[in-house]
Amino acid sequence: MKGNEALAEAAIRAGADAYFGYPITPQSEVIEYLMAEKPTDRTGMVVLQAESEIAAINMVYGAAGAGKKVMTSSSSPGISLKQEGISYIAGAELPCLYANVVRGGPGLGTIQPSQADYFQSTKGGGHGDYRQIVLAPASVQEMADFVRDGFDLAFKYRIPVLILSDGVIGQMMEKVELFDPIPRLTDDEINERYPWATTGKKSGTERRIITSLDLDSHKMEEHNHKLQAKYQEITEKEVRYELIDCDDAEYIYVAYGSSARIAQKAVKLARAKGIKAGLFRLITLFPFPSVKMFEMCGKGIKGFLAVEMSAGQMVEDVHLSVKGCSKVEHFGRYGGIVHTPEEVLEALEQKIIGG
Amino acid sequence: MAEITLEDIIKPENLVYTKTKLMTDKVLSYCPGCGHGTAHRITMEVIEELGLEEQTIGVAPVGCSVLAYEFMNIDMQQAAHGRAPAVATGIKRVWPNKIVFTYQGDGDLAAIGTNETIHACNRGEKIVIIFINNGIYGMTGGQMAPTTLPGMKSSTSPFGRDVQTMGNPLKATELVAQLPGTYFVTRQSVHTPGNVRKAKKAIKKAFENQRDGKPGVSFVEIVSNCNSGWKMTPRDSNVWMEENMFPFYPLGDIKVDGQLL
Repeated sequence: MKGNEALAEAAIRAGADAYFGYPITPQSEVIEYLMAEKPTDRTGMVVLQAESEIAAINMVYGAAGAGKKVMTSSSSPGISLKQEGISYIAGAELPCLYANVVRGGPGLGTIQPSQADYFQSTKGGGHGDYRQIVLAPASVQEMADFVRDGFDLAFKYRIPVLILSDGVIGQMMEKVELFDPIPRLTDDEINERYPWATTGKKSGTERRIITSLDLDSHKMEEHNHKLQAKYQEITEKEVRYELIDCDDAEYIYVAYGSSARIAQKAVKLARAKGIKAGLFRLITLFPFPSVKMFEMCGKGIKGFLAVEMSAGQMVEDVHLSVKGCSKVEHFGRYGGIVHTPEEVLEALEQKIIGG
Repeated sequence: MAEITLEDIIKPENLVYTKTKLMTDKVLSYCPGCGHGTAHRITMEVIEELGLEEQTIGVAPVGCSVLAYEFMNIDMQQAAHGRAPAVATGIKRVWPNKIVFTYQGDGDLAAIGTNETIHACNRGEKIVIIFINNGIYGMTGGQMAPTTLPGMKSSTSPFGRDVQTMGNPLKATELVAQLPGTYFVTRQSVHTPGNVRKAKKAIKKAFENQRDGKPGVSFVEIVSNCNSGWKMTPRDSNVWMEENMFPFYPLGDIKVDGQLL
């Protein structure tokens, strides 16, 4: 099935209570699939086409604040519209999952694949000092699996989790093994598990408030300390990556999503020419695997090449991770163009080996 | 005859009124003379009288009533500016048996949140919307609102609202009444005891509609004063409201049981 369809089917199977969305290419299959599947009949899951991305993310805020498992998805221009809501969700510490099937920008850009939303995804996007967990699938299989994993992380840390996909992964068809359905929580289970959720004030209990506001700056600083401690814990515990052919490698490609698949092919081409190349595939973009990358640095690595469909965004985190101990360069096509394995190999030869 | 002391008066048998337990003891942040406090109180009284407090979730806006959740002693969510109807939609859709309402000012509902308002009303969300219209942005210091009257002065229309360049005041309530998704639409005020009683009756009807699963939004506008923003005494502001706001925003029911009057 298509990546976007796998994401939608996984939402139903993950026991999601609701999906609120607005159509945009190249991810409209998500809501189309959900509407056609009638998840209300299958699991009781609500699907609603909102009047805008802004409304959709605020519906997510409301439902998440009431303790439900809820998600939305969009593509780059639509994700920009959601940033206000995501900042509020981060500030109010609500769990939710959303997916960005990235297309080329800036502005209306193009409907072709891109990875140019890395900064927006990992550095904030909306206003204020907040972070979100960012999962980068490189296959249709991961489009499905990360829905389940993303919801788990969202509720574990009460944080927005982003599946950062792109037009390639969203549109391509692959075989996928779907996980077994997880039942939706009952109302009683929600009341029991989430003492913060607004479900109506029971007599003799304190009322529950979902807000990101505190006019007392000292309290707001305390709240920010708490958020930062949470992000630190996530950085220590939730880093995910995959090392491919890195054991004896002298040159490392760093890539995620569809670029990682292309870089993996470039590793094969390089090895065939006798170049000891490997791939450091990022799975979480926040938290970034800085510790591992720095550790590899001292072990005979002659250079890192960040490969991404952007003008150079993720490469900044590679620089920050290796702290100057190794050569770091960037290669990527952008604006909707997908690089070829041959281009990626040539870039390694010119920018790292020969440069 | 002995002098009557305060202790003589404060006795259970003399009690004619108590504050609803659904208002907290927190001192209201509203200016003395403002209608918000009364609107809060009657909304909470209605929820208490209908016995709905254990299943009600309120949504506070951005504006003067941004801190409504500090005063309303029920579960509440604070929404981004203008987004309260979308937030309420999210809650109601996943908890269809709960009672969900928004409490919004004119800037929130009729300017930045017009889209969310119109579409929640047009979808027929089974929620209550309470809309406080005082024709001005109170919290930010008296700027022009979507509902500021023609010729009315504000800090961003210091020479009066010129409709040729600043546009016309928006009658959001008449607008939503035209939509098939609204079930009950009314305009009230809380500036006299009689009007408070009528407004409370309207709010009660709105919550009863939701409780009874009536199809669509119950929408209650309350035309209110903003003595600080209008730069008047509370009394003068109420007189000014009667003479200027009510002719433009006439009080009364506009749509009842899904039928336009």
